Amino acid sequence: MSEDLINGLYIVAFVLFIVGLRMLRGPRTAVQGNQVAAVGMAIAVVATLLQDGVGDFPLIALGLAIGTAIGIPSARAVRMTAMPQMVALFNGVGGGAVALISFAEFREAGGDLPLEELIPILFAAVIGAISFWGSNVAFLKLQELTKARPRIPPLVNGGLLAIAVGLSVGITTGAESEWVFLGVLVAASLLGVLAVFPIGGADMPVVISTLNAFTGLSAAAAGLALDNIALIVAGMLVGASGSILTKQMADAMNRSIASVFFGGFGVGGAAAAAVGPGDDGVDRTVRSTSSADVAIQLSYAERVVIVPGYGMAVAQAQRTVADLASELERRGIDVTYAIHPVAGRMPGHMNVLLAEADVPYDRLKEMDEANGEFARTDVSLVIGANDVTNPAARTVADSPIYGMPILDVDKSSSVIVLKRSMSSGFAGIENPLFYGENTSLLFGDAKASVGDVLAEVKAL
Amino acid sequence: MDQDILLGTYVFGLAIFLGLEVINRVPSTLHTPLMSGTNAIHGIVLLGGLLVIGPADGILNDVLLVIAIAFGTINVIGGFLVTDRMLGMFKGKKPDPKRDAVKEPV
Repeated sequence: MSEDLINGLYIVAFVLFIVGLRMLRGPRTAVQGNQVAAVGMAIAVVATLLQDGVGDFPLIALGLAIGTAIGIPSARAVRMTAMPQMVALFNGVGGGAVALISFAEFREAGGDLPLEELIPILFAAVIGAISFWGSNVAFLKLQELTKARPRIPPLVNGGLLAIAVGLSVGITTGAESEWVFLGVLVAASLLGVLAVFPIGGADMPVVISTLNAFTGLSAAAAGLALDNIALIVAGMLVGASGSILTKQMADAMNRSIASVFFGGFGVGGAAAAAVGPGDDGVDRTVRSTSSADVAIQLSYAERVVIVPGYGMAVAQAQRTVADLASELERRGIDVTYAIHPVAGRMPGHMNVLLAEADVPYDRLKEMDEANGEFARTDVSLVIGANDVTNPAARTVADSPIYGMPILDVDKSSSVIVLKRSMSSGFAGIENPLFYGENTSLLFGDAKASVGDVLAEVKAL
Repeated sequence: MDQDILLGTYVFGLAIFLGLEVINRVPSTLHTPLMSGTNAIHGIVLLGGLLVIGPADGILNDVLLVIAIAFGTINVIGGFLVTDRMLGMFKGKKPDPKRDAVKEPV
């Protein structure tokens, strides 16, 4: 097949990627946008299969079949609440593919590659391996299969990076053994594991977003090495978009990306929590309340703001919450949702869940808009959110989250917090909101609690 | 060869700006689907596996590359499907007809 035709098809694929991504910017065009990008991908794959020198079709078919057999059922079966983990896994396998391809290409050439191919191959291998292992650890943490949050001295990660880079330099200057290359992969893999392990759940959106950008970048580097324009363009599109998203997330938390990875948000938070209760002279009694009380408060309110968080996702409570909201609306109460940009475990996590529960788009308020209205809100109903409502971010200068923009729920007339228990949030930070004078707590599983409240409201 | 790598580097640089330009200012509601959609696109590394497996010799290389192709395929297919499922939930959420009916007389 002529190279011109293949490059022509690649250009069609890029146009479709770009058009598709542009369409993803608006809710009305987003579905088609995703499909347009998928068509672009199909064209890119077909064009590549037509390329001269592409062979071993039975093996290609085998790989495609295995991938399809795993990809389709897992994408179909995953629950909306588990999306962050799933995206982390899909991201990880992409990074893993980059690392494997780099290694195979290096082995194939017996290490005897020109420098301008060797450098991007090593770069792709390092970033791909970091992304693979980092994403898998992120999956473990999001799935709550591990709660371990070891303290890793920055020196260890720095050392691993130095080893990976040092061995890479070794390879480029003549040590062309595949064992050295394996050493690079192992160092990068360890770095991926150890860099993500200490990070608390509150920072996971930033982590997944960063690793997403990493995988894109590594794919682009592999494209440079393999002299494939499609890989370069598509990889860099993702690298750039992932970087923007990462920066937006980090900005929303008033943290630099470096401090997420090297500052140990969770570690500092744990230390602060250990100093925690009682030491600062603040009254530490909480008021717990009953579902009947909550129902009465809600039904006498004029304005209710619902603040959902990860707890709502865990409890699968979004539909019950939406039912409660429409029941209140039927009684003439104004109900809106205040969505913190990093509520949940991924940017936009809450929006997806509430959309699933048929909550109208215009009921969801972003942070700035919502914060203007808390002062004239009668009841704020906080459902499984913690750190994003923590007033310590405004007032306690040595708090690990100091300066992070929060939802000012404490400014509303009364606050009802639905919580499983008195444990601190994923970031491990004490939340003074719970001890506030106008705050009461309703303990229990979010779905069950909201269901009880709904039943009580209906009975009134 | 030098020409190719030079061209590749140009494209690499230009694609960065393209990415920044295309993605900027997305409503936060769509951040998750956007992340998942771009996630699917970097599955394009699948092409790398397709290109390398033909010329590659030896069992180990073949095994590595079949795994790589499978990984890439999972990334692409899973990524697009999951994005489609998420976005499907935003579709057809028209404002409540009753609310519109109330507004109309005004």
